Amino acid sequence: MVRKPATKHPLAVLEKVPTGIHGLDEITGGGLPKGRPTLVYGSAGSGKTLMSIEFLVRGILEYHEPGVFMSFEESEKELTTNVGSLGFNLKSLIDSKKLLIDQVSIERSEIEETGEYDLEGLFVRLNNAIDSIKAKRVVLDTIEVLYAGLTNTGIIRSELRRLFRWLKDKGVTTIVTGERGGETTLTRHGLEEYVSDCVIFLDNRISEELSTRRLRIVKYRGSAHSTNEFPFIIDENGLSILPVTAARLEYPASTERLPSGVARLDAMLGGKGYLKGSAILVSGMVGTGKSSLAAHFVDAGSRQGRRCLYFAFEEAPGQIIRNMRSIGIDLEPWVKKGLLEFHATRVSEQGLEKHLLFMQQEINRFKPELVVVDAVTDFTTLGGKLEVRQMVLRLIDFLKIREITSLCTSMAEGAEMEQTGVGLSSAFDTWIHLTNVQGNLERNRTLVIVKSRGMAHSNQVREFVLTDKGVELVDIYASTAGAFMGTARLAQMAADEASDAVRHEGMASRERQIEEKRRALKARIAAMEAEFDAEAKDSEIMIAEEKARDKILSAGKEALSEHRGAKIGAGKRGGKK
Amino acid sequence: MSNVTGPDYGKTEAPKEWKLRLFVTNWTPRCVMAYRNLRKICEEHIEDKCKIEVVDILEHPEIARREQIVAVPTLKKLSPYPRRVIYGDFTRTDTVLKGLDVERWERG
Repeated sequence: MVRKPATKHPLAVLEKVPTGIHGLDEITGGGLPKGRPTLVYGSAGSGKTLMSIEFLVRGILEYHEPGVFMSFEESEKELTTNVGSLGFNLKSLIDSKKLLIDQVSIERSEIEETGEYDLEGLFVRLNNAIDSIKAKRVVLDTIEVLYAGLTNTGIIRSELRRLFRWLKDKGVTTIVTGERGGETTLTRHGLEEYVSDCVIFLDNRISEELSTRRLRIVKYRGSAHSTNEFPFIIDENGLSILPVTAARLEYPASTERLPSGVARLDAMLGGKGYLKGSAILVSGMVGTGKSSLAAHFVDAGSRQGRRCLYFAFEEAPGQIIRNMRSIGIDLEPWVKKGLLEFHATRVSEQGLEKHLLFMQQEINRFKPELVVVDAVTDFTTLGGKLEVRQMVLRLIDFLKIREITSLCTSMAEGAEMEQTGVGLSSAFDTWIHLTNVQGNLERNRTLVIVKSRGMAHSNQVREFVLTDKGVELVDIYASTAGAFMGTARLAQMAADEASDAVRHEGMASRERQIEEKRRALKARIAAMEAEFDAEAKDSEIMIAEEKARDKILSAGKEALSEHRGAKIGAGKRGGKK
Repeated sequence: MSNVTGPDYGKTEAPKEWKLRLFVTNWTPRCVMAYRNLRKICEEHIEDKCKIEVVDILEHPEIARREQIVAVPTLKKLSPYPRRVIYGDFTRTDTVLKGLDVERWERG
């Protein structure tokens, strides 16, 4: 029966026993140390008993490890009723001999102590209980009660030391609970002195009228563990430690795209839309059209047959469907087809952790591809900025690991883009910001993509117009007189068109004038040429006439000189030739 | 006062018998010593009115559970009332006598 503890082999890796408690095995890296005692301590009502009971119940149901619960406070009946509300049926487990509850009651008023004694009675009972159902798990809740029942603390101390050594030798994985102690010790009577392998602290804190349960692993010898505080909740499924932020940033990175539902927005997002598995933040002030974008997204997703889950914290589903119908998006068919589910709750109904857990449970159940949270900033009423931020980070982690594309809307307190309420932007891959611009006695909406990881996106501010056919994105009209939106855009466009017409008219007439001038000029040139031609002809005639006269004249002169002295003349002329 | 009913807490005469049950484990030295001490005290103070039943809880662990045994040795006084539980090896005679309410009967 006695098994050697793992420490006897120095090279052996510390073996762990999964608790089966939601989230605990993740943060402990596999569970509690096998065959060793673990101390779980906390103040009254912090959930110690519940956690240890769940450790046994899950051990029986999920790992076929029977368990012994040695209770120093509550009776079997009380325990059964107390955990019955959490969905644990202890009675059937007891009847099938998987669970054994032994209540140890010490009536101090009846007891006289005289001389030496030991606590062998406890050992005998425990040993018998373990052997009778072949238990692998044991809970001692709360053994410190011994200090109240017995006066000889020296005996208690030495017997506790013996008990824990005995439990180790017995090879049972044990949870020992303890009350939270004072300043010098973790537990009231210093149980941590005996339990050195694993110590877990449970806390129930109340801030702003909402209680938050937290769990912290104070110590885990021989094992890497997270030292953070983890919120946890207790609900009808037992204990859930919340939601473990993935320590490493390891998400599946998809290049698949999902349409945003607004064609022009897809174009701005590198022409294809959102990246699958990415987290999208749509921020903006009241009435900037955040929910409309969300509705478009859901509508487009449903059209492709993707399952969508819509968490609404501001409006009822009926209201959302009606409102979206007014801008031409009909979500009802998708709801009827079972592709789209709405979950509308008031934020103030429960604490942050419970919200987060609820959302996770719903996501695990419905298995959507798209998730909308409208609006994440509603949670700021439940906790500080840091807490909300952490919660949103955890949610996004949770979604990204499952490759679920999520769109969260965020109410900005001011018009400035940076005031997104919770300073969340780094968690999101795509950030779309909507603004209201007031001027000319009207408000106009604009949209800009602040960032979008993994794609070349447009840097242009677009006017965001809600029509009865959904959202349209219109280029902002930029002219020499400035940028215009809304009616101003239309007016300016009309004015510009009119002045253009006038200018065009002027230009045309100038062109005509020039053309005419050119024609006139050409005509004059032609006329002058004609005149010149005429003159030139006259001149040629005159020249010809003159030449003819010259000829005649010279011929006459020769005849005359022949007449007057031909010999001389003839002689001279002959000499010249 | 014949119509007053209830446990015989207020009886003024000494009871005829002390019923005691001693829980031990396998006669360890401490248990042996406790048994001897107890016998001695009984013989000296309540003469032979003492009836001691010894239970070895190693042989009968279910009795240990039923009787809510934590410490060993444990002595239970079943009668006379009120019931008492005494832990220890009975080295301090006066505490044992007080625990068994013997003083009350001896000295009034």
